[in-house]
Amino acid sequence: MTAVPTNMTLPVKPGVASSNSRDRRMMRNGLMFSAPAVFLLLAIYILPMLLLAVFSVTDYQLGALSIRFIGLENFIKAFHDAVFLRALSNTVLYAALVIPFGVFLALGVALLVHGTKRSRAFWEVAYFLPVTATLVAMATVWQFLLHPSLGPVNAAIKWLGFEPVSFLSNPSLLIPTMALIGIWQVLGFNMVLFLAGLTAISKDLYEAARLDGAKSSLDRFLTVTWPMLGPTTMFVIVTTSISAFKVFETVAVLTKGRSGSETLLFALYLEGFEYSNTGYAAALTLIFLAIVLVLSIGQTLHLDRKVHY
Amino acid sequence: MTALRKLTPHAVLALGAIVMLFPFYWMVLTSIRSPAEVFDVSFWPIPKSFDAVENYSQAAGQVPMARFMLNGVIVCLGILVMQVLTAVPAAYALAKLRFPGRRLLLSLVIAALCVPIQALALPLFVGLAKADLLNTYFAMMAPFFLSVFAIFLFHQSFRSYPNEIIEAARLDGFSELEICWRLVLRGSLPSLAAFTVFSLVAHWNDLYWPMIVVSDTNLAPPPLGMLFFADVETGANYGALMAGATLITAPMLVCFLLVRRHFIAGITMTGVK
Repeated sequence: MTAVPTNMTLPVKPGVASSNSRDRRMMRNGLMFSAPAVFLLLAIYILPMLLLAVFSVTDYQLGALSIRFIGLENFIKAFHDAVFLRALSNTVLYAALVIPFGVFLALGVALLVHGTKRSRAFWEVAYFLPVTATLVAMATVWQFLLHPSLGPVNAAIKWLGFEPVSFLSNPSLLIPTMALIGIWQVLGFNMVLFLAGLTAISKDLYEAARLDGAKSSLDRFLTVTWPMLGPTTMFVIVTTSISAFKVFETVAVLTKGRSGSETLLFALYLEGFEYSNTGYAAALTLIFLAIVLVLSIGQTLHLDRKVHY
Repeated sequence: MTALRKLTPHAVLALGAIVMLFPFYWMVLTSIRSPAEVFDVSFWPIPKSFDAVENYSQAAGQVPMARFMLNGVIVCLGILVMQVLTAVPAAYALAKLRFPGRRLLLSLVIAALCVPIQALALPLFVGLAKADLLNTYFAMMAPFFLSVFAIFLFHQSFRSYPNEIIEAARLDGFSELEICWRLVLRGSLPSLAAFTVFSLVAHWNDLYWPMIVVSDTNLAPPPLGMLFFADVETGANYGALMAGATLITAPMLVCFLLVRRHFIAGITMTGVK
């Protein structure tokens, strides 16, 4: 506030005074411009994180009148809770199916698409379409596609002379079926990331490899493409695993957790928002967060270096 | 031999593309078929009797499909406008102004990038419940008013804006607000376009948060509406159900086909989905 009058009363050294007042004005602007973001950061991230940590060591239930400190009991309970352990192992199984297929099929498709010229745009659209589509609606479509008597998938299976597969009623097939949909959805996303990585590889490297005796295309893939794609592959694996651990929509549409098919986030949703076991759900949330954090620290380090287009 | 080597990749890609696109084909086909044809499964693309009007009007009549779409538009636009309004000045301050706490703020933004909304949902839900704000548009939008990803993205992009131009503009009497919104942001329009796509797609398709804070059908955005619809239908009328799915997916698919480049850039700019 005093910066402006000071400037006017000291006309002898205008340079120093004005740079001083400019610094102050810049400081004030900086604080003012970032104030809304700082306020929201506090309200949406920092305060909720603190609350979450507090909830996790209490027996708080939304709507309950009393709240009691119970230490790490919620965490101990979680690792003896059959439902939570099942959700955890289901999610790990889901991720173990989605990550390899979602990443390496995408790499295969990207390599093929990269080799095409005029039709490239068409293939990109075809494989990317599932990424843009609303997953809830598409999961409903998949439910219909896999219907035991009305679905075209089983019609095709029967036509080929096999027994129809009960994708959505056989409990041991529920998670693999959802993984199938997960792979279908993530494939185009990963393909585009791989295509960006492939485009960035210099043609000279292939020429050099050819002169060095890498004759077959497999040789060239192993000596040039694969090592040069290393960072991209790492990034794709990390993003795919994070999204795999967040699987929710397909469960909500297809099974609602029946026959022991709940995933981490769905179990968390039930505890926190259906049963209102706030304290216990907070502990589960922290476990979920720990898993995602371990996965996403790698991602953010990468993101920090270069934003992926 | 060379012809074969040229054709094989295309054949493999075509086979894969059929699998990728088949759900869309079946969705649209079923949405214009009569119930009788749904029951005898046929892959033939032209329905014997054309029941599109019936199915779509049923989808729009049985549940307020138009309402879901309108809710989706309100929520997505509300979120996008607030995200841009809060992120652009913050990113400008971080990139071009010196002020105390700048480095701390930047570190907090990067740390917050790692935290998914699902981890914050519980305390935010408790807070909104205590404030009696559940079942409101505000509750659906509020957690997304700040996009740390937008701050991060615009910060990266604003940093490369030449300082000389900013200095010159200051000497010409431009206010800092004008410099931020009319000069610097204009230099980052591709980032703004990509972020717009990213935000719209993410929130149009989001189910988790609306499912937590909204139980009123009249406030449901499309994915939650679809879930209600599927529960009401319980598989009896697939034609109408697929008509509903088509209506909900259509806006994003049409936009994608129209501005393909921006869409792919916007969605794949990050793994944070």
